[in-house]
Amino acid sequence: MDAAVSHHTCKELLVSLSDYLDGEAAEALCAEIERHLADCEDCRVVVDTLRKTILLYRTLPPPSPPQTIRARLLHALELDKDAP
Amino acid sequence: MTKELPAPTLLSPELLDEAYEQRLLERIRAGDRTACAECIDLHSAGVYRLALRMVGDPHEAEDIVQETFLNAFRTIDSFEGRSSLSTWLYRIAYNAALMRLRKKQPLHVSIEPYVDEEETATTPVQLFDWCCLPEEDFQTAEARNELERAIGELPEPLRAVFVLRELEGLSTEETAQALDLSVSNVKVRLHRARLWLRERLSGYFTELAQRSQERN
Repeated sequence: MDAAVSHHTCKELLVSLSDYLDGEAAEALCAEIERHLADCEDCRVVVDTLRKTILLYRTLPPPSPPQTIRARLLHALELDKDAP
Repeated sequence: MTKELPAPTLLSPELLDEAYEQRLLERIRAGDRTACAECIDLHSAGVYRLALRMVGDPHEAEDIVQETFLNAFRTIDSFEGRSSLSTWLYRIAYNAALMRLRKKQPLHVSIEPYVDEEETATTPVQLFDWCCLPEEDFQTAEARNELERAIGELPEPLRAVFVLRELEGLSTEETAQALDLSVSNVKVRLHRARLWLRERLSGYFTELAQRSQERN
């Protein structure tokens, strides 16, 4: 079910979520966030799905450049010719 | 306690070796063609990935890679070493990609620093917990395509920050240098990009989870 996270405390928490998930939030802030999460189901869902989102894109295989790109690049830059 | 997330892992050891980079730069400046090829081998994949994520077209991305190295080797003497070589190359590639995007959508793409911070502010509205899905549902080709599409649809002011910081593994400071942004601006944009992606992916995964619940 869709509903906006709109409560004042929730909005304040939202601003610090990246720091929290990156382990960069101060200990006191972490404790405050965790206290809030224990009582706020909406924010818990946002935190869990945000963490999962980060996990998914960080484990996404990177796109590979075309195999011919190196040869074409060296040719365009005239690096495939013998030095004068 | 927060569960630890894996760090982006695309940086090779050579990219982190300052002494190696200094020697490589000296050799390129001295006109050593092998050094230029070495630089290409080391950095072209990252430059390609940034270009591809920015413009969304493999051929155009390849053109941007070519443009980037041509430009870099031509102006290598003006590189003062205040950033790493890779950061400088990303910057050239980013500007080249931005110029192309601006030509295509002159009214929507600005090369000026991002000013309308509220434009892409993201208040969560998708509040279904789709983390309950079995792990294999996250690893399907369809799910990965959805994620790729979502990254490609990230608002342009957020996309380059997201790609460099989260996918290429640059630090916040390096990302700021590459994109000529302040460190705080990088942090704000990255946070918004993450929330934007969560929201965008929630639509897809919620539907998947609800379908799965109906079946059981």
